[in-house]
Amino acid sequence: MQPRILELRTKILKKNDELARALRSDFDRAGLFSTSLVSSPGSGKTELLTKTLAALHKTHRVAAIVGDLATDNDAVRLSASGAPARQILTGTMCHLEADMVRDALATWSLTDYDFLFIENVGNLVCPSSWDLGEALRVLLFSVTEGEDKPLKYPTLINTVDVVVISKIDLATAVEFKREQALANIQAVRPGVPVLEVSAKTGEGLTEWYNFLQSRRSAFLDAARRQPATSAAESADLIQDAAAVPPPSAAAISS
Amino acid sequence: MHELSIAQSLIELVEETAAQAGAARVKTLTIQIGALAGVVKESLWFSFELAAEGTCCAGAKLQINVIPVSIFCDRCEQASQLNDVYVQICPRCGMPAAKILTGLELDLVSLELEPHATAHS
Repeated sequence: MQPRILELRTKILKKNDELARALRSDFDRAGLFSTSLVSSPGSGKTELLTKTLAALHKTHRVAAIVGDLATDNDAVRLSASGAPARQILTGTMCHLEADMVRDALATWSLTDYDFLFIENVGNLVCPSSWDLGEALRVLLFSVTEGEDKPLKYPTLINTVDVVVISKIDLATAVEFKREQALANIQAVRPGVPVLEVSAKTGEGLTEWYNFLQSRRSAFLDAARRQPATSAAESADLIQDAAAVPPPSAAAISS
Repeated sequence: MHELSIAQSLIELVEETAAQAGAARVKTLTIQIGALAGVVKESLWFSFELAAEGTCCAGAKLQINVIPVSIFCDRCEQASQLNDVYVQICPRCGMPAAKILTGLELDLVSLELEPHATAHS
């Protein structure tokens, strides 16, 4: 038997990409604006999210899911906002993958919500390659992490739509060099919008909420303009269905 | 250690592909990883060896080709390869350039397969 060479060009994370695409089209159809948050551990994702959920909860239907290796502490903290929050326990896994998001949402009806927040495991390396179907990916850097943090993690920063500098109430105490940090962010991700907040004092939170609202409006406009599934995408999905068990769209949307 | 997740996804993909092609064993896997894909080669080799046990990839060679980062500068209307640094500055004009052309790949490129000893049809 002669060995033979099979030429391919397939994405290694194809399955995750397909699940993420299915989630994204479910979110589009449901008009649910999904935002994921990534950062290193202790950058203030949960605190910012708790404040955000409480603020948006007054006028919108909001929900959150949060990934951690262990404990449901973060879901408990997020629930204090009054919005439903669900914990994903990843065990030894250092990042969320699309199937975990799908499973966490399985018993929620997507049309019941306007905003969904997905808090990733605290990690600036591993979440980069996994698309979760989110419409907006937010990266948090806290002022305590140092101005050069963006330069150290160029891969993750290249996957995000907006950077939020957090804990700015501590900026003076830690001698945070703001201009240097902003320059570093723009060096690795030219043109990315940057917001500066303190979840503790509330500084910058109004701008953050306005940013989320405007991105959600743009998302809804885009979803309204295009049919949820284009002809090309349907053909693609049909093709994929042969190779991969289809993600249970029904379970997600009902 | 997200390399273990990547190795598992890779093996799952290769098992499907090899089964469809009627192959019992894979001799060599060639993949391409962008320099900006955040993957450590040594970790991936280590994870691959662990995850391959008991699969059609057991004992297979994992060939990793690294794709350098290249960007496109709108001012210069030129593509440039970035060598050591990941800072997205156009080497021609020194201005930030946001468009990444290559360097984010995470692809299975080819497989060297051994057919079934008792191949049918």
